[in-house]
Amino acid sequence: MSGSKLKFGVVVFPGSNCDHDAYHVAKHVMRQDAEFLWHKNSSLMDCDVIILPGGFSYGDYLRTGAIARFSPIMKEVTAFARNGGMVIGICNGFQILCESGLLPGALLRNRSLTFSCKHIHLRVEHADSRFTNAFTAGDVLSIPIAHGEGNYFADPATVAALEENGQVLFRYSDVFGEVTDESNPNGSINNIAGIMNAGGNVMGMMPHPERACESQLGSKDGKAFFESVINSFIEHNV
Amino acid sequence: MYQSIITITLRPSILDVQGKAVEHGIHTLGMTAVNNVRIGKSVQITVDAATEEEAKRITQEACQKLLANSVMEDFTYTVKKI
Repeated sequence: MSGSKLKFGVVVFPGSNCDHDAYHVAKHVMRQDAEFLWHKNSSLMDCDVIILPGGFSYGDYLRTGAIARFSPIMKEVTAFARNGGMVIGICNGFQILCESGLLPGALLRNRSLTFSCKHIHLRVEHADSRFTNAFTAGDVLSIPIAHGEGNYFADPATVAALEENGQVLFRYSDVFGEVTDESNPNGSINNIAGIMNAGGNVMGMMPHPERACESQLGSKDGKAFFESVINSFIEHNV
Repeated sequence: MYQSIITITLRPSILDVQGKAVEHGIHTLGMTAVNNVRIGKSVQITVDAATEEEAKRITQEACQKLLANSVMEDFTYTVKKI
């Protein structure tokens, strides 16, 4: 942290394509510092928050996120996360976090078998996390999704633990906040759209809050996600 | 030198939507005797190993560490000397 600004590090893998969106939101919408981190770097450049952005790292070969986790920078990201550093994985970033074991579960092919690119509704489940404190529990957000493999799966014991510990942060819902099968765009178990780890410092989500931070883009509902992250540092430093 | 042929499939408890779609296609052809379609991947590798046992051990490790994701997939393999 330099002065009163946070430094966001956006990792760029070969095939990342939401890296500039994340950088833009951190730097130009939230007015924080931001840095691109090439996947071959072995330094996180003193960043306070690491974002693994969306895209198709390594062409999604073998499985989504399976190869990216071997990029040199992922050693640093893993060590940073294990030390309590804040790591956010959006879409492909979520898939990479699951593959690397920083988050439990896996993302399967959408049950429709189609790539789904549209605005959906999300219900905020908990507002007491470092990623959601600027929301109110029960808020319904309009945020876009864009994925072919977003069908969250974990074994029943893992899902039960996530639910019990309040680690499910976002769920797919209808516009009224009702969690229904019709509002589940990909077949995710319990309509899970975003989770965090037990330590509360690593989170992953399939929807794209960085694409919903300016009214020109049709929704500003994602902005409070980034506000939450920034708030959590202010609270930590008081 | 050995060659391993690895088959990776979704775990039985997971609905294989691709398999379901293919099954539907087969039934549409009138081949109703065909059921329980599961789609998977086949990976072929060669392994530099002195013995078949060592080749199996290396294949197993490659599957566990990268080729299959144990959260959602099972794997089987055969190893033969080449």
